[in-house]
Amino acid sequence: MGVSVPIPTETWSGKIREVTLGALPADGGTRGKTVTAGGETTLPFLHFEGQIPHPPAVAVEVMDQPPKEWSPILLQAWGNVVSDPAAWAKKAEEVGADIIALSLDSAHPERGNTGAKEARAVVRQVLKATTLPLIIYGPGQADKDNEVLVAAAEEAAGERVALGNCEDKNYRTIVAAALANNQLVVARTPIDVNLCKQLNILISDMRLDLTRVLADPTTGALGYGLEYTYSVIERLKLAALAGDGMTQQPMIVTVGYEAWRAKETRVNEGVPAEWGDWDKRSRLWEAMTATAFIEAGANIVVTRHPATVSVIKRTISELMSAAS
Amino acid sequence: MGLSGLAIYKLLPKTNCKECGFPTCLAFAMKLAALQAELSACPYVSEEAKAALDAASAPPIRLVTVGSGERKIEAGNETVLFRHEKTFYHQPGVFYRLRDDESAEAFASKVKAIAAYKVERVGISMGASGLAIENKSGNAQTFGACVAQAVAAGLPVILISDSPAALEAGLKAAQGMSPLIYAAKDGNWEGLASLAIQYKVPLAVRSTGNLSALAEMTQKLDGKGVKDIVLDPGARGWSDSLTAFTQLRRLALKKNLRALGFPIIAFPGEGAVDEEDEALRAAQCVAKYVGYVVLDHFDSASLYPLLTLRQNIYTDPQKPIQVSPGLYEIGKPGPQSPLLVTTNFSLTYFSVAGEVEGSGIPAWLLIADAEGMSVLTAWAAGKFDADRIAKSINTTGVLNKINHKKIIIPGYVASISGELEEALPGWQVLVGPREAIGIPSFLRVYVQSA
Repeated sequence: MGVSVPIPTETWSGKIREVTLGALPADGGTRGKTVTAGGETTLPFLHFEGQIPHPPAVAVEVMDQPPKEWSPILLQAWGNVVSDPAAWAKKAEEVGADIIALSLDSAHPERGNTGAKEARAVVRQVLKATTLPLIIYGPGQADKDNEVLVAAAEEAAGERVALGNCEDKNYRTIVAAALANNQLVVARTPIDVNLCKQLNILISDMRLDLTRVLADPTTGALGYGLEYTYSVIERLKLAALAGDGMTQQPMIVTVGYEAWRAKETRVNEGVPAEWGDWDKRSRLWEAMTATAFIEAGANIVVTRHPATVSVIKRTISELMSAAS
Repeated sequence: MGLSGLAIYKLLPKTNCKECGFPTCLAFAMKLAALQAELSACPYVSEEAKAALDAASAPPIRLVTVGSGERKIEAGNETVLFRHEKTFYHQPGVFYRLRDDESAEAFASKVKAIAAYKVERVGISMGASGLAIENKSGNAQTFGACVAQAVAAGLPVILISDSPAALEAGLKAAQGMSPLIYAAKDGNWEGLASLAIQYKVPLAVRSTGNLSALAEMTQKLDGKGVKDIVLDPGARGWSDSLTAFTQLRRLALKKNLRALGFPIIAFPGEGAVDEEDEALRAAQCVAKYVGYVVLDHFDSASLYPLLTLRQNIYTDPQKPIQVSPGLYEIGKPGPQSPLLVTTNFSLTYFSVAGEVEGSGIPAWLLIADAEGMSVLTAWAAGKFDADRIAKSINTTGVLNKINHKKIIIPGYVASISGELEEALPGWQVLVGPREAIGIPSFLRVYVQSA
């Protein structure tokens, strides 16, 4: 009395673009390894219906100055290295990071107002301290982003770093710097499929090849908008696999930044007993956010807690194993 | 979904006797397809036709209920692969597995702790869904007593045992509570099927082989009259679980494969490397179609994030969660503390409240009723304007709490400042930042210049 159960595979006509961060000496850089994101021809980890040539990568955030508003849990976990971006990058590499996400936070007008000169110095230091590919984030204020990201792009010439963030309000200068210095960009849009496509088109119109663009759909952490990001990632992935060329960029999510803004990770006084142990729930807050997005289709997750790295990488490694 | 008129017509007697009230069998068939007639109107339809029509109009994934009353856990009746296509309907149950060979004290205290766990988020109370009691003792009486304790605590139960005697003891202890029997396998399914039918309870099926083996088993059970089935595809790793869960959902929804159209049960603790891994595997279950998640380690620090994830994934995309309108205290605000206003979309509330909290500056947060929309959406829909804010101030007794008349509005609705000052004579309207993340520095400037 056999029941015939066909394997329900979908046929996809598109694939995710491959975007490579980092350049080896043979290609004009000084990185020890490169990271390629994307390339998959099916939904996340469905090995029975397509190819998944590259596992999602874990980027770890390193700030260019000791962070003042970070959760004590994070500060405790990193210890002294937070005073030295080079040491911090080294330690991040030691705990298993695939990519270093250097945040030029001191350039923010309210948090130091440093400029191009300081940016160059810290980029130089971090490039020397680690052999991992880099993402370099500006402070998130348009004029300063333009100033320091241009400087960073020049300083890191040849290294295929990703400059973040390009947004519809402010992308031209950053894209121009990427063009001039053979870098990549992170294009961020506010949880909207059409706006994501639009920004990709605008960037591509400036002649930056789409193999140099990562798409950031904007991240909402667990309990703080996760489902919006989750669904926009799924929608973009489905559109990409159905052949829409402007939704095929590998996606990057800023899990660490968002998860560690949550009340659950920042404080423990006056919170319900049912929230449990502060350290454990905070780390899970970040890890669970990351896991959800990896299952949805994120190609790069940017995280903060040193212990989260190995947990997420183990999860990724398990998901990548096609053996049943 | 459902059969076409023509497909239905093929199952009818085709005598055109008119006793159903329609001129021809074809006309009756068309009405049936349009859900404008009842099959019972035809006195001559065969049993086979009835069964075929029933099967075709049944939902692709059977609705199974574990537990009864307010705490019952329903799984099934899902209609989409991706939440954005419509919504996921039934939040998966989060069960904790306990062994009946623990000391009586340890068992009792665990039951108590799990039953008592309650945490609120966005005004919604959440907790563990139930207990899975495993018959490790090999003793039917012990098992029955343990099940009775769980039932007494008000929790839905899953009965894990290979022994029909133990299961029967458990079923008696959980009478009327619709416990789930776990699980029918190749060697024992007939006996378990009888129990399931006798006690009218759902039955889980575990396959040791592939999905075909699982489907064969459910067919056998169906043949015995067991309709409420829960599937354990036997996957215990991250990758094979994802494959099994995805294939099962696709087979039910896209291939209408009745033999696998049932909710899924999973055990993320089995195969997990540590507690953290278990919690993250549970997260996969929640996101990827599982109806009953059975965990082995109870800990608030891992349950709270998991329940939050479940709430997020199972939120209807078209009905985002709202918070109650009113005046909220952030920190311990006093009469001079700043007053901010925003909408009652839960994400807006949490973003703004979070930033105010993070700033360390106590403040009053007035949440206006904008029907659960975000600032921009509400403003565009005319649900967050000067009149509504003014009304909100007047009805929430704000003036009893503050000794000033300054109100900070979200930067995105700067254009209403003029109107708001007209609607609130004597008030000063300050335009705050466009993004919540600008709130801390805005408030710092505000208190400095006060």
